[in-house]
Amino acid sequence: MSYSLDFSVVIERLPELLLACLATIGLAIAGMALATVIGVLGVIARRSHIAWLRAIVIGFVELIRNTPFLVQIFFIFFALPQLGIRLNPTVTAIIALALNGGAYAIEIIRGGVDAIPKGQVEAGLALGLHKAQIFRFIVLKPALRAVYPSLTSQFIMLTLTTSVCTSIAAYELTSVAQKIEADTFRSFEVYFSITILYLIISSLMMGFFALVSRISFSYPVK
Amino acid sequence: MASIGFNELYFLLQGLKWTVALTIIGFIGGGIFGLLVALARTAESKALQRVTTGYIAIFQGTPLLMQLFVVYYGVALVGLNVDAWIAVAIAFTLHASAYLGEIWRGGIQAVPKGQTEAAKALGLHYTSRIKDVILPQALKISLPATIGFLVQLIKGTSLAAIVGFVELSRAGQIVSNQTFRPLTVFAIVGVMYFLICWPLSLWGARAERRLQTAAR
Repeated sequence: MSYSLDFSVVIERLPELLLACLATIGLAIAGMALATVIGVLGVIARRSHIAWLRAIVIGFVELIRNTPFLVQIFFIFFALPQLGIRLNPTVTAIIALALNGGAYAIEIIRGGVDAIPKGQVEAGLALGLHKAQIFRFIVLKPALRAVYPSLTSQFIMLTLTTSVCTSIAAYELTSVAQKIEADTFRSFEVYFSITILYLIISSLMMGFFALVSRISFSYPVK
Repeated sequence: MASIGFNELYFLLQGLKWTVALTIIGFIGGGIFGLLVALARTAESKALQRVTTGYIAIFQGTPLLMQLFVVYYGVALVGLNVDAWIAVAIAFTLHASAYLGEIWRGGIQAVPKGQTEAAKALGLHYTSRIKDVILPQALKISLPATIGFLVQLIKGTSLAAIVGFVELSRAGQIVSNQTFRPLTVFAIVGVMYFLICWPLSLWGARAERRLQTAAR
């Protein structure tokens, strides 16, 4: 056994890898933003009076949460063209991340909205606030604050999940790493290094989320 | 275009067998090591706490796919000449041990402190205190999250497909390439995963509701 580690290939191609990190972060941000939109719309639909709309949302959430992301992205990328819908890898990746993250976001946000005591909304009505004000100050902000920790850890998961997008050759960190590995055969060195890059990305995001929480939600509860 | 007949379905079921096997190995191995991680994480020793906190943070802060790649190529590097599926099983075990360790840590810490104090006052030694007093309560509290992670692990085994391991997802990819019917094949594969994961998810949700009612 005389394998010696050689990280020079990684250092040599670090600019490529760092650029790919930005692509990964870009995919993650697009996924998170769309997932939040799906989450909020999904919760509104889930609370509507239209039975079939509620059923669709429940079915969507259960379907997405009980099948692997890999199968979902394969389905969008390989199966939809059979129905005449052809998308490029990056668009596919963003849609898959948004749908997957959205299903989790619906469940998480629903929990937060359900936790708001009905009396608070009634109190708002009694104070003469209008509907939009009640939604914004009494429902949305406390709900967001309540779900913030679970929502952001779900976002970190989403960011880590972007690595699976390599399976359809979307441009992001893992696919670039696989290309470098194929060129150099330094598998362990390449994957070990980008694992550290992922760790840095997720740590930075956690730090950012903690900062936002301290700025936006630092008012006292009682 | 070839059709999907008995042979294709049989091939998918073979893949499903490996998905289930990987999940069971990962869950049992991860359960054993995860328990050690949880106990070390809640131990009184500061050093043990710090090491396990780091261990958990690394596994929760990196993609499962990278953990698979690093272990897969890493075991060969340290001179272990093992089968691909053993390397993959090791990776899932490590992954599961960190997540289960963190879940059970939460469970252990949710047991009221008075329980430990009472056990100490009764003169129970460490093993008995953990085994007979703390863990039964902690595991009950952590049951919903543990089931949730099991579902996550089942779905996670699909990533073994990317390292070339033929489990359900990879089997689906192969059948899809042979028959040119990705829509049908991936729908079948999705349904197979769903049929395993959904009952577990329902069980987890029920366990959580029961726990909330009990807490009230």
